[in-house]
Amino acid sequence: MSSRHLAVFLWYHPWRATSAMFGFLYRRLLYMIPTVFLISVVTFVIIQLPPGDYLDTLAAELSDSGGLDEGTMQALRDQYGLGQPMYVQYLKWMSQILFHGNFGISFEKNIPVNDIIWDKLGWTFAISLMTLLFIWMTALPIGIYSAVRKYSAGDYIATFFGFIGLAVPNFLLALVMMYVAFKYFGQSVGGLVSPQYLGEPWTFDKFLDLLAHIWMPIVVVGTSGAAALIRIMRANLLDELYRPYVVTARAKGMSEFQLLLKYPVRVALNPFVSTIGWILPTLVSGEIIVAVVMNLPTTGPLLLRALLVQDMYLAGSLILLVSILTVIGTLVSDLLLAWIDPRIRYQ
Amino acid sequence: MTVETTLGPSGTEEEHTPELLGPWALMWRKFRRHRVAYVSLWITGLIYFMALFGDFLAPEKVDETNRRGIFVPPQGIHFLVTDEDGSRSFQLHAKALKMQVDRATMRRSYVQDPDKIIPLGFFVEGYSYEILGLIPSKTHFFGPKNPRDIVYFLGSDRLGRDILSRIIIGTKISMSIGLVGIVVSLVIGVSLGGLSGYYGGWVDTLIQRLVEFLRSIPTIPLWMGLAAAIPLGWPPLYTYFVVTIIVSMIGWTSLAREVRGKFLSLRNEDFITAARLDGLTDWEVIRKHMVPSFSSHIIASLTLAVPLMILAETSLSFLGIGLQPPIVSWGTLLKEAQNIRSIIEAPWLLIAPGTMIVIAVLALNFLGDGLRDAADPHAH
Amino acid sequence: MPQIRMHTEPDQTSHTVQPLVEIRGLKTHFFTDDGVVKAVEGVDLDIHANRTHCILGESGCGKSIMARSILRIVDAPGKIVEGSIIYRPGDGRSVDLAKMRPGSRDLREIRGQDIAMIFQEPMSSLGPITKVGKQIVETIHLHRRVSKAEAKEQAIELLDKVGIPRPSERFEAYPFELSGGMRQRAMIAMALSCRPRLLIADEPTTALDVTTQAQILDLIAELKEELEMGVLLITHDLGVVAEVAEDVSVTYMGKVVEKGDVFSIFEDPRHPYTQALMQSVPKLGMEKRHRLPAIKGMVPHPLARPSGCAFRTRCSQAMAGVCDKDEPGLLKSGKTDVACFLYQEETASV
Repeated sequence: MSSRHLAVFLWYHPWRATSAMFGFLYRRLLYMIPTVFLISVVTFVIIQLPPGDYLDTLAAELSDSGGLDEGTMQALRDQYGLGQPMYVQYLKWMSQILFHGNFGISFEKNIPVNDIIWDKLGWTFAISLMTLLFIWMTALPIGIYSAVRKYSAGDYIATFFGFIGLAVPNFLLALVMMYVAFKYFGQSVGGLVSPQYLGEPWTFDKFLDLLAHIWMPIVVVGTSGAAALIRIMRANLLDELYRPYVVTARAKGMSEFQLLLKYPVRVALNPFVSTIGWILPTLVSGEIIVAVVMNLPTTGPLLLRALLVQDMYLAGSLILLVSILTVIGTLVSDLLLAWIDPRIRYQ
Repeated sequence: MTVETTLGPSGTEEEHTPELLGPWALMWRKFRRHRVAYVSLWITGLIYFMALFGDFLAPEKVDETNRRGIFVPPQGIHFLVTDEDGSRSFQLHAKALKMQVDRATMRRSYVQDPDKIIPLGFFVEGYSYEILGLIPSKTHFFGPKNPRDIVYFLGSDRLGRDILSRIIIGTKISMSIGLVGIVVSLVIGVSLGGLSGYYGGWVDTLIQRLVEFLRSIPTIPLWMGLAAAIPLGWPPLYTYFVVTIIVSMIGWTSLAREVRGKFLSLRNEDFITAARLDGLTDWEVIRKHMVPSFSSHIIASLTLAVPLMILAETSLSFLGIGLQPPIVSWGTLLKEAQNIRSIIEAPWLLIAPGTMIVIAVLALNFLGDGLRDAADPHAH
Repeated sequence: MPQIRMHTEPDQTSHTVQPLVEIRGLKTHFFTDDGVVKAVEGVDLDIHANRTHCILGESGCGKSIMARSILRIVDAPGKIVEGSIIYRPGDGRSVDLAKMRPGSRDLREIRGQDIAMIFQEPMSSLGPITKVGKQIVETIHLHRRVSKAEAKEQAIELLDKVGIPRPSERFEAYPFELSGGMRQRAMIAMALSCRPRLLIADEPTTALDVTTQAQILDLIAELKEELEMGVLLITHDLGVVAEVAEDVSVTYMGKVVEKGDVFSIFEDPRHPYTQALMQSVPKLGMEKRHRLPAIKGMVPHPLARPSGCAFRTRCSQAMAGVCDKDEPGLLKSGKTDVACFLYQEETASV
């Protein structure tokens, strides 16, 4: 059998679709390796940027309270390879994370980084994902409407709000909304739950209270993304609306609404789904900055504080984990895209 | 000689265009039809004028504190004064304010002093400065006629500094960060994007991976990490440049992608092949044929990158890890409005610089959009 | 301005059967920012069942718009401004498609079921991310009440009929997995899925290579015989016309300049434009170094339509003072109907 025949045979083999999907997954996973490696390098550089090494800071910090004994110092020095060449330090730091799950110690709080970051990261991603849903639910219908009713009053309104959404920085919107909520609705602002629920176990009332609070960061973080996506959806759909295949569908006798959803919208959805890839990083970024303003119990305030006091292992771990989780989120969005658009699987 | 063409699908329509215009003239004509973009061009021009002639436009010295003018709300401009004899005459003025402190609540409030007005005028004398850093001058565009009076048109901050003057002076830093940033983006983006698109192969793969990497990580934490590493003791100018470079990290990736795309599509165009067959070197082909055919696109995407950088600077400075307070930028101004309590006490701290940012970013966005539409020959 | 137009009443036609579709005085204009483009400017056309009617003309002559007007699928800013498109569904009724409300159920029922259409670009005329089979099944479901399994069976049968090998496998294929010729076959299968009475084919072979072209044309001709449908074929290719046409209408700038049966047109073309078209094609036995005559100049810009006869700017026999004044009407001359002042003296109706 010639290679041509083999190719044809494979092409029409029933397990073709699944194998293409696995091939795609495999390739995407391979691509991730250099990305994650680069992230770790950049993070390491950030950790190393402030003058002096971690132990000097730690020693200075603890000298008032008696200081560290020489043995402990030496043990830590070995663990992090301090004083040794940079690549040794990097490898030691990475191997601690990879093989022991040890992200180092927050010297400001003097507890392992592991103990403080995970629930904050959880909130950051929970809010980011909810924001993503919010963006989709608003941008999709508005974008379709804007494209189909091009230059209508509704289109102009959507475009106007789209531009405003793009032009107002997240933190500014957060401040304005907090001001409005406080001044005109008397709502307590900041945080994810009202003060009386802080530290309380989860109850239904606390959950309701959470819902009453969480919409604000979601709307704030999501506005610019939704605005961007409305414009993208509108442009994509306008590109597709006048394609020959739409005419074909019309000539078949489909109703406008039916053909709109079955053909151009489905095709225009592709770039829409692929936007998760780039929108997720901006959502996480936005969440971090909004969390600082709104005082949310997420990574934002923790990261800012860690950076300001140069608690570098904590800051570095947060940057590393947030970035890697984002990359994984992007991978998921790529897979989703390949699932929706068959053309991508075979590229 | 008659032009003869064979029967074919290529109906050239250029022959029937009423007038022959160069590509830039055509672009300009198209651009002017885009109303919003045209207005935005003027607004952008005005803002950059403000950046250049800030001291002339600012009524007060930017770091002048005033203990008797803490958190003064915005003062209005009035037009008519009533004289003793009851007749009214035209005189631009503001009402003088008196500070009252409520001893019980320790709250400050200002009431208008009915006996005193502050006359205002154009081209009045004020603090001395140099126009464009060259010509010494004391003339200011608008302000109180008596240099010793202070009027807070947009209110004052916790140290009694004039917000309007600070916004005007801050324009210089905030708007120039965008400009310096795009120069950096332009250099990196065009050269990497060009290399990527022109040579393809492993160069392309490598650069595309780098671009993908930069786009796939959340930028704010990364910038925060980099910006936080700037030593606090550094001179403001150093900080300014480092922040600019950090901020320009966003701009170049999208530009590189765009340039790469253009290169890829142009590379296979017949006129490029023809130029190459004529014996032009790679560099000549790029410079003489490729760059002119997409420079308008680059200008448009650069314009769209400026607002992103302005927003980035503002965000970083707002968080306190970008530019530091002696430098006045819109971001550092907003830092004053960081907590909800100060916003509630003095909402103008948020509203005034916030509006300025939104106007600048909107104008630049519309301008960029208009340019992009005008640059695209296929746009409807 | 005296307008000379032959308004053939149905009973005056040479055919004894009434035409399937009868177009009278059709005008489709595009209202653009720069002005009104008169894409179709007063066209009369009869399409008969079981006959292939070719519309011949250069690109940009409004052929496609004419065809799309029949199905009422002209995109905005195009609009039918005048004329009628009478369609006879075969039950004795007749409907004017031009008067139907766009998007109405009645109109949609005619589309795809009574009148089907295939397009120039098989590459982009099928929905790119929907399986070919699904697109055909969808058409069947739009017009027929059949179960899913039945529809699938019918679709596979259709794919087989249009000559797609291994139809049940191709049923699951995406358009991008098929070659251009296969896609056009799939398009034809889809168009035929409800046994239409008229098939409109808008340059169906332009985007295909020569061998495939011939196959597709043969296929259309075969299916026409089998289903006894009328075919309206739009083309700029004289070879295609010679191969499949029975009736021919030559168009120039939105007007029919000459029409007749295929033999008359080829044997004795009257209109200078038709003559020029015929001469621009190489013939067997031509001298080696013979230079093919080409039509002088280009099709004028649609907004700069010449006064009088639109062809006069490129016509070698244009008569000053005549051709630039009035528009010639379509009148019988020899074996064909011609719109040209050269022949109007004979019939003496100026």
